[in-house]
Amino acid sequence: MDSGNTSRGASQQTLAELRTGQRCILDRLDLPEDLARRLMELGFLPGNEIVLGRKAPGGGPRVYRVDGSEVALRQETAARLYVRRDPESDLIVLP
Amino acid sequence: MSSCHGDTPKASLLPNPNILPPRPAGERPIIVAIVGPPNSGKSTLFNRLTGLRQKVANFPGVTVEHRMGKAKLKGHQEVFLVDLPGVYSLTPRAEDEQVTHDVLKGARADFPKPDAVILILDVTNLGRNLVLAAPVLSLGLPTLILLNMADDLAARGGKVDITALAAELKSPVALISAAKGTGIESIQQFLLGTAARLNAPPLRVELPILQSVPECRKWAANLGKRASYRPPAPPIWTRRLDGVFLHPVAGPLIFAGIVIAVFQSIFSWAKPIMDFLQAEVQSSGVWMKQVLPNSPFSSLLVDGVWQGVGSVIVFLPQILLLFLFIGILEDSGYLARAALIADRTMAKFGLQGKSFIPLLSAYACAVPAVMATRVIENKRDRIATIMIAPLMTCSARLPVYTLLIAAFIPNTKLLGDFLSLPAAMMLGLYVLGFVAAILTARVLKSSILRSKNTSFVLEMPPYRWPTVQSLSLRLVDRAKVFLRRAGTVILLVSILLWVLAHLPLEGGKMATLDHSYAAWLGKAIEPLIKPLGFNWKIGIGLISSLIAREVIVSTLGTIYGMQGNEPSAGLHAALHQDLSTAGAIALLIFFAFAMQCFSTLAVVKRETGGWRWPAFQFSYMLVLAYAGSWLAFHIAQHFLR
Repeated sequence: MDSGNTSRGASQQTLAELRTGQRCILDRLDLPEDLARRLMELGFLPGNEIVLGRKAPGGGPRVYRVDGSEVALRQETAARLYVRRDPESDLIVLP
Repeated sequence: MSSCHGDTPKASLLPNPNILPPRPAGERPIIVAIVGPPNSGKSTLFNRLTGLRQKVANFPGVTVEHRMGKAKLKGHQEVFLVDLPGVYSLTPRAEDEQVTHDVLKGARADFPKPDAVILILDVTNLGRNLVLAAPVLSLGLPTLILLNMADDLAARGGKVDITALAAELKSPVALISAAKGTGIESIQQFLLGTAARLNAPPLRVELPILQSVPECRKWAANLGKRASYRPPAPPIWTRRLDGVFLHPVAGPLIFAGIVIAVFQSIFSWAKPIMDFLQAEVQSSGVWMKQVLPNSPFSSLLVDGVWQGVGSVIVFLPQILLLFLFIGILEDSGYLARAALIADRTMAKFGLQGKSFIPLLSAYACAVPAVMATRVIENKRDRIATIMIAPLMTCSARLPVYTLLIAAFIPNTKLLGDFLSLPAAMMLGLYVLGFVAAILTARVLKSSILRSKNTSFVLEMPPYRWPTVQSLSLRLVDRAKVFLRRAGTVILLVSILLWVLAHLPLEGGKMATLDHSYAAWLGKAIEPLIKPLGFNWKIGIGLISSLIAREVIVSTLGTIYGMQGNEPSAGLHAALHQDLSTAGAIALLIFFAFAMQCFSTLAVVKRETGGWRWPAFQFSYMLVLAYAGSWLAFHIAQHFLR
C-alpha cells in the first residue's frame, strides 16, 4: 500500500538511512497492506515526524520515536519507508 | 480484510440501539468487557477489580485467551468482567483483533454480547490511544473511558481536561492509575449503573471513517486539542535505562547476566525450602505408617498417594520462583528489550525476536508458551516456535533432573565455589534443550516452514515497577494450576500405578512388584529401552511419564516405596540398584528431548487446529530422545569405565 503522493524518486531517502538522533518526516510506506496498516496504527503515518532513537546491539532492529511512543523495526522494513529530511532539525540533541 | 468493518458508513452516527436485545431481568448476569491497546494497563485494572475471583479461559477454536472475573461491587449486584486481548484497532486482521471485534459485536455464538464496555487508554500517549475510541464508540454500547497512568502524566507535566473530553465523547471519562489504585471509585459507580443504562437512548457522537487510519488519527488529535491535552515530557528514565540495557556492549552482557542469574537463583534459593518439604513428606510418611493399621489401604495411602503426590509437590517453590522472575521481566518492560536484542540471533535460525518471549516462558511451562506465540503474526514463524517450545527445559523436567543429578552426579567443584559438577550438568541440560530447539527451528524454517523474510514490529513500553499485586496474582494462579495437576492427574496416575504394582492377587495376597501388572508392562517394553541402559522398572516410569514428565518421580517413589525400603532410605539410594551412571545420563537426555506432556500436545492441537502438528512434534521429539539417549549411554559407558 502506497500512502502519500510524493513521486517515487530513486534518490529519495528511506528511514533505514537515518542516523541516531536525526529526525525526518514520513512520506509514504511501500509495504504490503497488512504491515502498512499495522505501522500506521503505531504512528507511522505520512506527515508524522520520526526520530531514530537507538540502534539495537549488533545491528539488529532500530528503535524509532514516533507519535509519542517508541517502536522497533528491522532495517529491511525501515528501508521501505520513504522519508523527507529537514537538515536544520538535526541540531536538536536528544538525551 | 481491512474493509470488513463495513457496517459503519462515512462519518457514522451510532448504530441503532435495537441491536441490544431487551434482556429479561435475571436471565444472565451483566457482562462488561474491558478493551484497550496493548500496554495500556488493561490486565492490571482487571486484577485490581476482580482480585482472585478470576478465571483464565480460551475461546474455543481460536488461540486467543480471555479472562473472566466477578467485580467486587457494593450491594448485591453481580457484574462479570471480561478482559479481552489488547488491540490497536477493531479491524479484524490478527486473531486477537478478530476475537475482540466478534465479542463486542455479539457475533460469537459461544459468548454473550457484553452489556457495556470499559475502554482503558494510556493517557501518556492520548492522541494515539484515542484512535481506538472510534470503533469502540461505534458499537453503541454504554462505554466508560478510563485514562490510565494519570500519575505518570502528572509527574511528567502533562494534563487533560476530562470534562471536555467526556462532553465530546458523550461518555463518562475518568483519570485513574490502575497500578496505584487511584480513581477506581468511578468504575464502581459505572458498573453499579450499568443495569439502569441498558435501555438508555443512544448517544450521538461524530465519528471518523473507521477504515482510514489517518482519518481516525486526525479525529483523535482534534479531540485531544479540544480537551486541552498536553502530552507529558518524554520518559527520561526509560531512555536512560535503554541507554544501558540496549547499549552495544553492556546490553548483551546484561542480557546474558540476567538469564544466568535467574537460573542460578532458582536452584540456590529454592533448595533449602525444597529440602525442608522433602524431609517433611518423608517423615510424615513414616509417621503415617506407624499410626495407621498395617493394611493394603494404608499402603495405598502412604506409598501410592502420599509418596507419589508428595514427591512432586516439593518442586512447587522452584517453579514459583521461575514464574516470579519471568513475571518481573515481563511486567517491568525488559522482555521487549530482550526480544530486540535477541532478534538478530533468532533471525539466523529463521525465527524473530518475538519468538524469544514464548521461548523464555517455555522455560517455565510449554503450555503458556504455546499460547504466547500468538504475538507472532507470521503463521509459519508461529508454528515453528510452537514446534520447538517443548524442547526448552520446562519446569516439569526440573523434578526429574534434580532427582537424577542429585542421585548420580558427584558434588565435585569445577570452578571453586562458583560452579559445581551437578550445577554444570543442570546448566548443560538447559543449553542442550536450547540448542536442540534452535537447530530444529533452523531445519523447519529451511524446509517445510520456509517463508519470506518476516517483519519485526514491536512497541517498546516504558519501564515500570512491577506491582506486588500483579506478581502475586500470577504466582497464586500458577500454584493453583500446579497443585490441581498434583491433585488430579498425578494423584490418579499414582493410584493407578499402585494398583497395577500390587495386582494380580496371588493366593489372596497382593503381588510383589516383580509379579505385578506394572512389571509386566515394564518388561514388555524392556527390549526397546535396554539399549539405552534402562531396565523394566525405569520402563514403568517412562510409560507413566507420557502423561506428564514429573510423574516419573512419583512413579519411582511408589515403586521403591513398596519394596520394603524405609521411605527415609530415599529414592536416591534405591535408584542405584537399577540405573548405572551412564544409564542415568541417558535418562536425563531422554527427558531433555522427549515430548512427555499431554497438556502440551492438547494445547498444540488447539493452537494449530488439528492433530497433524502435535503428531509430528511427538514423533520427531521421540526419535530425537531415543537417538540422543542411545548415544549418551554409549559415550558415557565408554568414558566412565
